[in-house]
Amino acid sequence: MIDRNKVTPYLLIAPAVLVLLFMVGYPLVYGINLSFTDMSIYSFLNPSYIGFENYTAIFTDPELYTTTLRTIIWTLINLIATVSSGFLFALILNRKLPYKNALRVLMMLPWAVPQYIAVLAWRNMFQTDFGTVDILLNKIGITGISWLGDPFWTFIACIITNIWLGVPFMMLVTLGALQSVPGELYEVGEIDGVKSWQKHWMITIPLIKPVMTPAIVISTVWTFNMVSVIYMMTSRTADNETQILVSRVYRDAFTYFNYGKAAAFSVIIFIILAIFSSSIIKAMKGGEGVYD
Amino acid sequence: MISESFEKRDSKIKIIFMYIILGIVALVCLYPLLDVLKVALRPASRLFSTDLNLIPEDATLENFKTALFVRPYFVWLKNSLFVSVLSSIVGVGLSITAAYAFSRYRFTGRTAGLMSFLLTQIFPAPMTLLPMYVLLKNFGLIDTYAGGIIPYIATTVPFSVWVLKGYFDTIPKSFEESAYLDGANLAQILWSIMIPLTLPAIGVTLLNSFMAAWNEFVVANIVFTSESMQTLPIGIFTMTGAMSSDWGIYSAACILTAIPVILLFISMSKVMINGLTLGGVKE
Repeated sequence: MIDRNKVTPYLLIAPAVLVLLFMVGYPLVYGINLSFTDMSIYSFLNPSYIGFENYTAIFTDPELYTTTLRTIIWTLINLIATVSSGFLFALILNRKLPYKNALRVLMMLPWAVPQYIAVLAWRNMFQTDFGTVDILLNKIGITGISWLGDPFWTFIACIITNIWLGVPFMMLVTLGALQSVPGELYEVGEIDGVKSWQKHWMITIPLIKPVMTPAIVISTVWTFNMVSVIYMMTSRTADNETQILVSRVYRDAFTYFNYGKAAAFSVIIFIILAIFSSSIIKAMKGGEGVYD
Repeated sequence: MISESFEKRDSKIKIIFMYIILGIVALVCLYPLLDVLKVALRPASRLFSTDLNLIPEDATLENFKTALFVRPYFVWLKNSLFVSVLSSIVGVGLSITAAYAFSRYRFTGRTAGLMSFLLTQIFPAPMTLLPMYVLLKNFGLIDTYAGGIIPYIATTVPFSVWVLKGYFDTIPKSFEESAYLDGANLAQILWSIMIPLTLPAIGVTLLNSFMAAWNEFVVANIVFTSESMQTLPIGIFTMTGAMSSDWGIYSAACILTAIPVILLFISMSKVMINGLTLGGVKE
């Protein structure tokens, strides 16, 4: 590097850091403080400190463990489905195909549509007897799936909706990454006799890793923290067996107004998520550039 | 002629197979929106129908008229546009400089800084919401545009920084080094080398930031309290209450809200493709 001024990098990151300190740093500390109080709708102005009481209440509730397991299943299914199909579609879209741009625009729609509209559209489609999904299933002889009544099927419906929402983003990030891979590398690979599937394994994936790692990690966190899909899909039934950790916190905070307990729950989720995503980063080994 | 528009070694079967996959996926992506359109076009009397026709026989635009002119739809539209455009431009601007620092400089606190950017995304939103509200209230930012714009910047900056840093990492340092030798300063290098080379990534982050603000509901709901300040999601949501959740009118409003975003997507995607065809990224 030719510019060796030690202050420059700090000046460059300062604006972003300030906004984050103001909007995330402070609320975070205040939130941790909140988790040791009994703040609720009844004691909003003068909450008192109750030590670890919120935490013991949460850890002694067996729901915590089943909900955590469900959250991990939710995250993994969504992640595997969006990354693998995003990669597949991006590979196809990266080839020369007439009219592919028109198709690509259609495939971006789930990302373009406001989330609250998309979830309500899907909820409408999952309605028993009158929803499109049920009408189609009835036509091929599958009847009696109560998508929004049975907690198991509601969870499946949420997963389908969330995958639908998540694929375009992965597809576009992958496509962007693929287009920065120099074509010459494949030509060299061909001379060395590399087969088509090996080509992707040995050339494409290592090269797009630096771009994909942050996208995958952040998408993991988004999925883990997805409130709106589950909250909107289940607002009628609000069944414990459909909830993931974050949607439970949301319900604790904004339906039951148990701010202290919800804050403690958030701290626990934060720790689980930190462990979860750092293991993913380790598994993918790094966000550093291949040209370093 | 035709053979030149496909990859040289793709067989006919492979090409057909790829079109089938893309066609099915495109249909699955489009259908739920057509479903909303169907409900919007349907007269209120036929809400429960097993009709699969996309355009109902007795289609009417009555729901669209009510959605647009009975409620201040255009005020919400203006608010949404203002908040989304400003927060995405400022947010991506901050992210470009930060991402450049993280990509090109080795400084004390670099790794910790990168990790804490990521950690901000990890914290569950319901928890920061209440303290954030108290803070905004203390600064008198409730029911102002800034009260929405600042939180939106904070939510999208970490993602933008990570994506941009990843792209900057793939650009060979030799590009800037030769520019430095020619006497360019940091601002010139960012503006005339890094930004043009990373246009696709900047497009993706701009679009993502715009989308995040345009679709945001939870923060907007507590910040924009008066009707003249409300953004589209809040306005549409109050619509379901005021008119006893009439799905037809609600769906019509949804369609009208989704259209500008979809148009933006289509126009932006052209810019993104042009950026992507740049040969400069290849070494």
